[in-house]
Amino acid sequence: MTQNDIPSMAQRSDIATAALAIRGMTVSYGEKPAVFSVDLTVPRGAMMAIIGPNGAGKSTLLKAALGVVPTLSGEAYVFGKPLAQMRARIAYVPQRASVDWDFPARVIDVVAMGLYRELGLLGRMTGAHRARAAESLARVGMSDFAHRQIGQLSGGQQQRVFLARALAQEADLYLLDEPFAGVDAATEKAIIAVLQALKDQGKTVVAVHHDLATVKDYFDHVFLINKSRIAEGPVEAAFTPDNLQKAYGGRLVTAQLDPASQITPVVPPRKDLASGLAPKGSGTVGGAG
Amino acid sequence: MTELFAALSLQMGYNATLVAVGAALLGAAAGVTGTFLFLRKRALVSDAISHATLPGVGIAFMVMVALGGEGRSLIGLMTGSAISAVLGLLCVGWLTRHTRLSEDASIGAVLSVFFGFGVVLLTVIQTMSAGRQAGLESFLLGATAGMLRSEAVVIALGGSLAVVLVVLLRRPMTLAAFDPEYTAGAGWPLARIDFAMMGLVTAVTVVGLKIVGLILIVALLIIPPVAARFWSARSGHVAALAGLIGGISGFVGAAISASAPSLPTGPIIVLVGSAIFVVSLLVAPERGVLATLVRRQRFHRAVHLRQGLLSLANGQPIYEPLTRRLLQREGLLRGDGVPTAAGSKAASEMGRDEQRWQILRADPALESAAAQYDGLTDVGAVLTPDQIAAIDAKLPRATPEVMP
Repeated sequence: MTQNDIPSMAQRSDIATAALAIRGMTVSYGEKPAVFSVDLTVPRGAMMAIIGPNGAGKSTLLKAALGVVPTLSGEAYVFGKPLAQMRARIAYVPQRASVDWDFPARVIDVVAMGLYRELGLLGRMTGAHRARAAESLARVGMSDFAHRQIGQLSGGQQQRVFLARALAQEADLYLLDEPFAGVDAATEKAIIAVLQALKDQGKTVVAVHHDLATVKDYFDHVFLINKSRIAEGPVEAAFTPDNLQKAYGGRLVTAQLDPASQITPVVPPRKDLASGLAPKGSGTVGGAG
Repeated sequence: MTELFAALSLQMGYNATLVAVGAALLGAAAGVTGTFLFLRKRALVSDAISHATLPGVGIAFMVMVALGGEGRSLIGLMTGSAISAVLGLLCVGWLTRHTRLSEDASIGAVLSVFFGFGVVLLTVIQTMSAGRQAGLESFLLGATAGMLRSEAVVIALGGSLAVVLVVLLRRPMTLAAFDPEYTAGAGWPLARIDFAMMGLVTAVTVVGLKIVGLILIVALLIIPPVAARFWSARSGHVAALAGLIGGISGFVGAAISASAPSLPTGPIIVLVGSAIFVVSLLVAPERGVLATLVRRQRFHRAVHLRQGLLSLANGQPIYEPLTRRLLQREGLLRGDGVPTAAGSKAASEMGRDEQRWQILRADPALESAAAQYDGLTDVGAVLTPDQIAAIDAKLPRATPEVMP
């Protein structure tokens, strides 16, 4: 860390109150940064979408914060403390394509993996633990599949099992990587219902998301990234055509957006906003940015 | 033959029995350890580890001779081989992380360099006066003949210890094998879990050098889990079964070798394990070759029957010879291609099922049921009788040719 990376007093208070605060995070595969000097602040109880074009570093940012991929610089804080001390309060749902589903395990075995941290090396799996695993499975509507081989599941069912494993952890902060990628409509509905229930219980949810059309319906906060931070804040303030244009550049197709939403056709990019942080006058960037 | 029977029933004398029990424990340790290696998809790393032990054996021998010892102490040779195996492992890890070489290429490079160096060392040792009787070449293919009691005890203890450690580490190793990203994300020390797994593989390799030999120890690590995977789809069961298969292979192999001392022990043990593997491959339910064949055949027939009946329902001719043959064998079609009475009935039922599907799939309220459409499943399998009745109410009557 250089002198400049040390959070200022104002940032520190953000860190103390935020469910998740990432500061100055840079990740590089080889010698090309995938994520450059990103600050992210997720207020407690928020439901935040991380959006940005393909290759913008959405998933990488999550993985880096969790220590799944090595970082060049940056720190992550959870509920005011360094993330490493708060592991027990975080549940992570990786992309389902990241594992081999031919692995010999039943659905309930995968859900029980969410309890391993709590059980430790030798802790006995008690009836209470099993009940918790079964209940997690019920919450994603997969009770009937408990004893099914995971290899027999459809993509949407796989995603629900991953979510159930996270639920079994009974965490306070949920980090999901593309939970809606390649799932059927019924699963998407089931997952968003579970996430909204979590939010209603006061939990914080952060999801990497790719479908701009559903951002307004599903989330209350949004974080736009393209290598570096473009904008963050409440959806109505930060999810603006201006910011989207900055994040997606020429690739943004307005048809991707819900036509019923108030989002108007994309305006041409403004050169003075190219730095990624909009000046106050634009009135489009809200939140903690 | 009687000798073999005597060996198998532990009546071959104390030493041979001890060796067989040691081999069984080694096999069990290799089986359970190998399961996690196999599930982590890093089976080949064990090949690098085992070949990298050879220089250590040679150097340990030379050092012990230079220090005035006999040079044949198993503990000394095992220590040397473990050190060089870990060095080989570190080389593979370094090459994979810091160069553009993939892991398999790194394994190939390290394996051949270490093994080549080891062979050179053994050749040099052969020319030493103490070396001729050392019998170090038995470390290549394994030998139980003339094994000391103390050596068998070391192998049995080492194998047992490895099993205990695997049981202790089963949860993190299962997690890391299934979902390394989640494991790291949940705060488990993924690198240390992997290192512990490799350490266990190294331990099993080193313990097994004397009995199985370094060339074939990889087989004892991999064949049992691969065979066990055919029988079970739960990782814990696969590990236990792999331990059992490895144990049986070790025991039977050592017994055979004891009754025919001219046979090298390692290859015999591996052949016993391979026999179990081949049987598993063929006859295991679900994943076995025969079961797969039968299932595929059945599926194939179901597809053709349904297609054929739908064609009949739509009054279309059936061109596919297999379809015709199947329908005729079922008594649904006459030789001249005209449906029998039973065939007409089955066809109209099939046609109605397809119509129900069309309605079901157009109904947004039945979305989750519609997702189960695969062309083969009957509507009855995904809907309740009430729901079907509701659909039938929408069916167009007496228009069998509504098929798109």
